[in-house]
Amino acid sequence: MKKLVIYLMAEPETPELARAAVDGGADIVELGFPFSDPLADGPVIRRAAERALSRGMRTRECLDVLRQTHELVPGTPLIPMTYSSLLEAYGWERFADDVQTAGGSSMIVADLPVDVRPETRRVQLVAPTSTDERIALAGANTDGWLYLVTVTGTTGARGEVSSALPSLVERARRLVSVPLYAGFGISTPEHARSVAELADGIVVGSRALQVAEEGPDALREYVASLRSALDTVAVVA
Amino acid sequence: MSTSAFGTYGGRYVPETLIPALDELERGWRDALADDTFHAELHALLTTYAGRPTPLTLSERFAPGKRIYLKREDLLHTGAHKLNNALGQIVLAQRLGKRRIVAETGAGQHGVATATVCAKFGLECIVYMGEEDIRRQKPNVERMGLLGAEVRPVDFGTKTLKEATSEAIRDWITNVETTHYLIGSCVGPAPYPELVAELQSVIGREAREQHLAAEGRLPEAVIAAVGGGSNAIGIFHGFLDDADVRLVGVEAAGAASLGTGRAGVLHGARSSVLADEDGQIADAHSISAGLDYPGVGPEHAFLRDSGRASYVGATDEEALRAFRDLARTEGIIPALEPSHALARARELDAELILVCLSGRGDKDLAEALLGLEKLA
Repeated sequence: MKKLVIYLMAEPETPELARAAVDGGADIVELGFPFSDPLADGPVIRRAAERALSRGMRTRECLDVLRQTHELVPGTPLIPMTYSSLLEAYGWERFADDVQTAGGSSMIVADLPVDVRPETRRVQLVAPTSTDERIALAGANTDGWLYLVTVTGTTGARGEVSSALPSLVERARRLVSVPLYAGFGISTPEHARSVAELADGIVVGSRALQVAEEGPDALREYVASLRSALDTVAVVA
Repeated sequence: MSTSAFGTYGGRYVPETLIPALDELERGWRDALADDTFHAELHALLTTYAGRPTPLTLSERFAPGKRIYLKREDLLHTGAHKLNNALGQIVLAQRLGKRRIVAETGAGQHGVATATVCAKFGLECIVYMGEEDIRRQKPNVERMGLLGAEVRPVDFGTKTLKEATSEAIRDWITNVETTHYLIGSCVGPAPYPELVAELQSVIGREAREQHLAAEGRLPEAVIAAVGGGSNAIGIFHGFLDDADVRLVGVEAAGAASLGTGRAGVLHGARSSVLADEDGQIADAHSISAGLDYPGVGPEHAFLRDSGRASYVGATDEEALRAFRDLARTEGIIPALEPSHALARARELDAELILVCLSGRGDKDLAEALLGLEKLA
């Protein structure tokens, strides 16, 4: 089974949306803790972060949403994704502890490369520009799986799957032993299928946020369409 | 916690995609520093193109009873110190084989400097600028266009330097293979703060020699405006080892990252930033677009904590008055940014003072005249 990771921005509606995503077939839910200056994000997630902040979603509120989501979907790994500034302000260890207490399984810090604060346990990211040495380091330090950034660029839906992915997957397979989930730019079932031919799972963010605007039913249906696409691959493989 | 040249400040808090490019930049920079041809090429450009050395001017009427020396970066080609950095980085970009340049700009001075060096070297130039700054710094937008640069407006968030910097970094992430990010201040991920400080330190080296020649001794205090902090770090570097010389940075009162900020992470570095208790970056407010930034170079945070430099604020009104008074007493129209330094210099408890006059005020006339009318 290929894994399906869905990204949602932490807002009051998020627990219900997360349940819909899980019902649709999501294996893992990433929970965006919004930051005012998200360097790794394209316009969709940036705007979602701006809105969440304008609705008062600060670290404590995000942890509450994490807790509520965990209560609704206790069997699904939940992974906060955020930026260093939030951890710096909250306290690095305290942040990690409180995420765990609230039901988080790990976390992702988008602007924290593997050699900065290696003691902070998290899912590491590698990119097409990463050297073999850095891929190996990230693989050795990552928490459970390795996040392959499929493009040199920011988050956001794209017309086609990145041409940089095959060689990144090939290198990562040679250098690390953990599962490889690919994200950035994946939005359609067709993308999902072609990425899953290579990687062990996919991460869908910007498009999921857009669909989530239409409510839980639309999100469930969208996630189910990705799930079916992935399951075709699993059968073939 | 990892440490850098600036204690716990600095570092590389950026997406992984950029790390190899920062490594490449760092290697290229070390190679260049060790290479006489790099220094010779830069020196030739600084003297024959930019107009270095810039003079040191004694002002006697601006602050009666004091001897205030002005380091005249306003007389540098393009009208501000920003060209020192742009020239150095463009020579470095050439060595790295990058043909596409992106930059951010607030007041427009760094954008103009970048557009200028790209025109001279025939490179593609894209400058990100907040819509609010485009409005209040129109002459510089027109200059960049004339020089052949593409100015991309940034229409979200504060619509000022903070967002322009974020967008420039996002562009760099997307086009990192072909592009050099020509950052305009001593901010951003390592090695940028150190690199920009080194390129701007020509200000301090010249000023120290010139001051010694004019007075036979060092100034009691060196004072400079601090937004990101590159002109200040440039002039401070000339005097870091002179323990008796006070170093004073002047921030805009509404953008006092060092005065009222807290440790935080912005644009790739840990420094002192204006942020709320949750780490969300706060809006800065200043009449001066160049100081209207909630972050500051990590070396300034380090110098503040170590006590080697002190940092104070000046309000919009104080800067406007100094702007007007320097024009009327010395026949020099300063930019609004160094007007903040001038405002504090004239009331400093010292007699022999060196001020970094980092840029000229033509770009600010519309905004400053409007502000002065309100004061009257």
